Amino acid sequence: MAEFLRVLTDNADLFREGFFNTVKLFLIAGVGSLVLGMLLGAMRVSPVPALRAFGATYVNVVRNTPLTLVFAFLVFAVPKLDVNIDYFPSACIALTLYTAAFVCEVVRSGVNTVATGQAEAARALGMTFGQVLTLIVLPQALRAMVPPMMSVFIAMLKNTTIAAGFSVLEAGAIPAYMSERGEPQFAVLLWITIGFLILVLPLVALQRFLERKWAVAR
Amino acid sequence: MDDVTTGEPLIVLDEVNKHFGPLHVLNDVSLSVGRGEVVVVIGPSGSGKSTLCRAINRLEPIDSGTITFDGIPLPAEGKALAKLRSEVGMVFQSFNLFAHKTILENVTLGPIRVRKEKPAAARERGLALLDRVGIANQADKYPAQLSGGQQQRAAIARALAMQPKAMLFDEPTSALDPEMVGEVLDVMTSLAREGMTMVVVTHEMGFARHAANRVIFMADGKLVEDAPPTEFFAHPRSERAKDFLSKILTH
Repeated sequence: MAEFLRVLTDNADLFREGFFNTVKLFLIAGVGSLVLGMLLGAMRVSPVPALRAFGATYVNVVRNTPLTLVFAFLVFAVPKLDVNIDYFPSACIALTLYTAAFVCEVVRSGVNTVATGQAEAARALGMTFGQVLTLIVLPQALRAMVPPMMSVFIAMLKNTTIAAGFSVLEAGAIPAYMSERGEPQFAVLLWITIGFLILVLPLVALQRFLERKWAVAR
Repeated sequence: MDDVTTGEPLIVLDEVNKHFGPLHVLNDVSLSVGRGEVVVVIGPSGSGKSTLCRAINRLEPIDSGTITFDGIPLPAEGKALAKLRSEVGMVFQSFNLFAHKTILENVTLGPIRVRKEKPAAARERGLALLDRVGIANQADKYPAQLSGGQQQRAAIARALAMQPKAMLFDEPTSALDPEMVGEVLDVMTSLAREGMTMVVVTHEMGFARHAANRVIFMADGKLVEDAPPTEFFAHPRSERAKDFLSKILTH
């Protein structure tokens, strides 16, 4: 047990930096994918056929591409176009693009839970598409979106570890450094697992909170 | 009720056609509704009467023909269409109240967000309208807490809050329990008396008899008869109308 604790305290700097970057990646890609995913979701339910087609194509292409491949595109292929992005921003962009496809589908399924008649009534009052979406549909769709959205973000939190393979020092990169330092892998991996559990807890709490807050009488 | 039509008609449909796949749901329909006129549309289910009603504010786009409202052809999409819709009140069979808003918010949302009215003024008029339809005491409840009849009266108040030039009713009493039909029809009758231009799709023959200026009978997407209610109910000309009336009036 003392040995197990020693692994953490002796390497606190590495753990701290790794998990700090994991959280940073998660927050940046989280906000990015939420915004992009909402936009894509709005496209998929919009009355304009071209926008719907774009949204559907994006989701089908990006969602079916392995995340490592999305990373590889940004880190290895994009620099060939003389666009140089650092490793960390590349990782943020890759995670954002990839996760947005899943967020889009959560938004779309949430929108589908709101009775179409309400959107029709809103249009009949003279509301624009944007007003129908933001005033009538989304406020009611949010509640249905919370549980699947949290699953998407928990998956994204764990997906940040892919960045370790592309020269970003985050929690997923800790084991490699630790084996160089000759630390026992069992203890290292357990500590990383505990770290991720701790990071997930606030998300679970947030889900509970939002589900209660948005409980609407129907 | 005598002829109240004055000036140019408010709603004009000219040779309107619409298909749902192979179904010709509106077949060369031409119709004009004068200002202050109450037109009741009846007919068997599937005759296209709801589609006709929904086409007037372009909730259903049409394939060919023209629809003119207050002298202006219906815009295709965008802001111009939204503006036109704000001038045409619509009441649906299934009420379609906004479930996450209180009854008063349902009524004031359009005036505040679409018409950009001051919230205080919209609230005041909203409460007056709720009082008028007899549910002022329900203002702070949510739609799910109201009976069907109360919800439909709230939906009428929501449409009236936009101060529309015309009101469209798409089977407003068909989803109601029988004992609640009367309270909704009372509100509609008083609106008709005040000179509101109305197009009403309904199965309520009593309402058609006493509140309509004209009765339109539709069958298979065609406008078959167009006559004052007394004439239509006493002497229907077409076989389809005779057949329809004999089925619904014998019970």
